Formats: sequence, C-alpha cells, structure tokens
Amino acid sequence: MGGSDFLGLFNYWIVIVLMMLGLYTVVSRGNLVKKIIGLNIFQTSVFLLYISMGKVAGGTAPILTGDPKEVYSNPLPHVLILTAIVVGVATTALGLALVVRIKNAYDSIEEDEIQAADDEMEFGVEPAAKDGPP
Amino acid sequence: MIAAHLPILQVVIPLIAAPLSVFCRRPALAWWLAMLVSVVSLYISIALLDRVLDQGTLSYVLGNWAAPWGIEYRIDAANAIVLLIISGISTAVLPYTRVSIAKEVEAHNQGLFYTCYLLCFTGLLGMVITGDAFNAFVFLEISSLSTYVLVALGARQDRRALTAAYTYLIMGTIGATFFVIGVGLLYMMTGTLNMADLAQRIPAIGANRTLVVAFAFIVTGIGLKLALFPMHLWLPNAYAFAPSAVTVFLAATATKAAVYLLLRFLFTVFGTDFHIFGPALSYLLLPLAVLAMFAASTVAIFQVDIKRMLAYSSIAQLGYMVLGISLGTVTGLTAAIIHLFNHALMKGALFMALGAVVYRFGGAGIDQMRGLGRLMPWTMAAFVVGGLSLIGVPLTVGFISKWYLIAGALESGLWPLAILVVASSLLAVIYIWRVVEAAYLDEPAAGATAGEAPAALLIPTWMLVGANVYFGIDAGLTTHVAEQAAHVLLGSAT
Repeated sequence: MGGSDFLGLFNYWIVIVLMMLGLYTVVSRGNLVKKIIGLNIFQTSVFLLYISMGKVAGGTAPILTGDPKEVYSNPLPHVLILTAIVVGVATTALGLALVVRIKNAYDSIEEDEIQAADDEMEFGVEPAAKDGPP
Repeated sequence: MIAAHLPILQVVIPLIAAPLSVFCRRPALAWWLAMLVSVVSLYISIALLDRVLDQGTLSYVLGNWAAPWGIEYRIDAANAIVLLIISGISTAVLPYTRVSIAKEVEAHNQGLFYTCYLLCFTGLLGMVITGDAFNAFVFLEISSLSTYVLVALGARQDRRALTAAYTYLIMGTIGATFFVIGVGLLYMMTGTLNMADLAQRIPAIGANRTLVVAFAFIVTGIGLKLALFPMHLWLPNAYAFAPSAVTVFLAATATKAAVYLLLRFLFTVFGTDFHIFGPALSYLLLPLAVLAMFAASTVAIFQVDIKRMLAYSSIAQLGYMVLGISLGTVTGLTAAIIHLFNHALMKGALFMALGAVVYRFGGAGIDQMRGLGRLMPWTMAAFVVGGLSLIGVPLTVGFISKWYLIAGALESGLWPLAILVVASSLLAVIYIWRVVEAAYLDEPAAGATAGEAPAALLIPTWMLVGANVYFGIDAGLTTHVAEQAAHVLLGSAT
C-alpha cells in the first residue's frame, strides 16, 4: 500500500490502535479502576470508527444551506454515536459505582487481593495452589 | 385503534413504568405497578402471537417514518414466541419476587429494585421486538446495565455479588461493543441498519472481507452475551450470587433474548446464502455447542453450591440450543426454539425451588439440602420434577426438546450427535441425583427445624412446574409456533 493510502486510512489505524490498547488494558490490568479506563478507551475507538465512516470527503456539517450543490457528511452515524456515548457514560458510572462498593466490602480494588479474600472465605485458610472452580 | 399500536405498547409501557416506580415510596406500591405492567405485557404478547399466527409478519413503523429510514418493529413467529417467554416468565416470577426480595434486599433498595427490574424487562422485550440493528444494541445495553445492578443487589447476602456484577459488566460491555462494531461495519457496506433491508443488500455484495469481519464481531459479541461455551465465565457467579428472584428471571429470559438475536442475525440478516455461513455453523458453533454440553455439565457435577451447579447446567443447556441452531435445518431450528421455551420453564422452576431453600436457610449448598425431602416436601418435589424435565424424562418439556434435537441430528445424518445428546443428558442425571440423594436419603442436620416455604413462593414455583408437565404432554402449541418460526428464519415461509 502506498503512503497516501496509509494517510487516507489514518482514522482507521487510530481506531485499531485504540481498540487494541483498550482491550489489552481490560485484560492485563488487575486494578479494577484501570480496567474501566481500558473499557472506556475500547469504546471510544468504536465512536471514532462510526464518526469516520460518516465523513464524506469535502462534506460540511449537515445543516441545510439552501445551496443544492452543497455536500454534507452523513449525519446518521454521528447521531448513533451520541446514543453510544450515553451508553458508555452509563456503563462507566455503573462500573465505578460497583468499584466503590467493592472497595467498601473488600478494602481493596486489586483483583488478586479480592480473589485471595474470596478463596480464604471459601476454603478457610489461604490455599497454596489455586484449584478453585475454573 | 389500540390494536394497531400493540407492538410499540409492548415496549413503551414498561419503559414508562420504570421511572414512575421510582416515585413509589413504598416497595409494595412499586411491586403492584410492576405486576400490573407485567400482566399487561403478557396480554399484549399473547395478542401479538395470535395475530402473527393468523396474519403472518407484522410491521410497525415508529413515528410514521417509513421502514428503511425510520426504526421498524417487525414481529414474526420467531420473536413473538420469545416475547411470550419473557413476559410470561416475568408474570410468573413477580409474585415470587415480592416475598423473596423482601428478605434478600435492603429495605431502602426494594422500591428501586422494581425500577431496575422494569428497565431490564423493557430492554429484553425491546431487543427482541425491534427490526433495527442499532436499536437492538441500545435495548441490549438497557437490559444489560439494569441486569448488572440487579446482580449487585445480592451483596447483602454475599459480597461476592459485587465482583460477579463487575465481571459481568466488563464482559457484557465487551460483548455489546463487539456487536456494535459489527453493526457499524455492516452499515459501512450497506448504508442501512434495518434488518430486513440488510438481508436484501448483503447478498448483492457477495464475498467481501468487511462483511466477514462484521459477521465475526456480531457472532462473538452475541456469543459473549449468551454465554456460549468458552465465553461463559461471567455467568456462574452472576447467577449464583444474584438475589434468588433475579436468578430465576435472568436464567429464564436474558440468555434467551441473546439466543434470539443470534438466530435473527445468522438466518435473517446474513442468511443461509452468506458465503461463510455453512462453515461458521459446522466448524464454529457446532463444536462449541458440543463442548458446552459436556464441559459445563461435568463442571456442574462437582459444584458444592447448588445455585452455581444449575448455572453451569444453564451453560450446557444453551449448548443444546446452539446445537439446534448449528444444524441449520428446519428441524434443528425448531428444536432450538422449542428448547428456548422449554428451558425457560425448567430452569425457572428449578431456580424458584432453590430460591425457596435460600429463603429458609440463607444458602443453597449441598449440605443445606440434606433431609430437605422431609423438611420442605413441596419445594423438593418441585425441584425433582424440574430436574426430571432438565434430564429429559418423558411427560416433561425436556423430553420434547431432546426429541426434536435428536430428530434434527438424525435428519442431517449426524447420528453421533444424537448419541452425544443422550450421553450429556446422563451427566444431568448425575448432578440432579446428587441433590435428590442429599434431600431424600440423608438425615436432616441436627436441630434443623425450618418448615415448608411460604405459599407465596410455592404457588409460582408449582405454576412453572405445572407448565413443565402441561407443555410436556401437550406440545402442540410450542411445536407449531417453533416450526413456523423456523420456516420464517430459513425464508421458507409456509
């Protein structure tokens, strides 16, 4: 692929990078707040994907000007993403609220410490090998 | 006049009732509101099913914006039956909920519980009834977000409900986001979000990599939501630690709505002519379904907590549904849809019986089940009938499901699958027997004096048990609707 293709698809490269960064953060971090942040980055990449696909080259904001030759960007993906942003905000708020409750209940927001506390409760003493339910 | 607007009323009534219930200061008032809404919804879904069977597919355009531009609600036999399951189970669960929740959830949260419940109910109905791909995502998230809250309300009983809800939130959001990425790619290729319109435009594009990627994202996203085998990790804890009534409702409805969405996207949107359709079914869904049947059932055998045992059993049962789907034939799909309906009845009854045990003893470990056959005879009898149905004994709904599933496998010439279905049912015999053995053959723990569960819990449980037997003997209605749904999905409308 030529250099112009790379630049032409710049938005989509960013989408992929952000998507992988976000997903990797969710999987790799043990801190519950960092997981939520990763989830946020992951969702943001999808917003960018939708917004990029609605862009029409040379198009302007879809507000009627009366000029029949005017080219407009496609407003539909943008509107869809407004909805998705609201969903994302709600998810983040709920996730963080759960983290607060977990912090109160376990006195920790680290996944491994919470797991250890649960194991201790379920099996009595701290187990040497983690052979709990898969 | 009203009759023409039934499709939208199905969703809007619970949607409006949800914020209204916030203003009900007393939990009892909120419960009455939820109950009223649920009964009205059940009436609407029966009326819709009746009309669909009579007149064929119904289409309703929101705000008079014609179909491909505006949002369309499209109801055929396939979603009418799922609407009936959701509103029927809700109506059966709510009388049970009132007593169960009063014990398991803090008093100041009980009113708000019904708000979340109604939102979850709205979301499930909405994602099933809608004919618009993005609208399905929005309703999916409405139901998911309220489900996370409902699961977390189990925190008073066990703090692990919080981590279960958190894990579910992470996995559920990834699933829903995958789904919306897939929908975005579809929109990119076709310029439409209407499912019927997508179905017409996708074949014209032919073999195309973006479509394959969209297909993969959508199937994976929905797979996470329906706890398809390797993506099931959120489910056992969410079911085990949620309040009992929530577990009943979720087990009977939430995954069913996701299975419906999978059916709709596989068969209606992409269609059997889609170039990777066949391989996706036979090399992806079929092996995963068989793995789910065996792996999850095996894990279920070793569970100490019976609620979690039934949760693993649910994953195995979802395997049967996906197995039916993966056959891709009329009989296979009929089996999947029949099992969708039947599994809601059997798991509903089983989790309700278990919820009655939790109500009395505050937990449902295998130790708590000892001697319960004598202490709580009605509850355990309900559990046994539910268990027999889960195994697939004749005269229960489970038998009908297995019968069609085996018939579907044999019809496709896959006789080893038929043997696997029977073999995995034997695993169900083992894990149900463990409970029966503890309940009827062991002595009650010393000093255990708790008696039978209150009638408010027993009556809904036995209603579902009765439905298990009734639809097991007279399967005419379910098979008729399921067959018609299978024909609609495969585009071979009768």
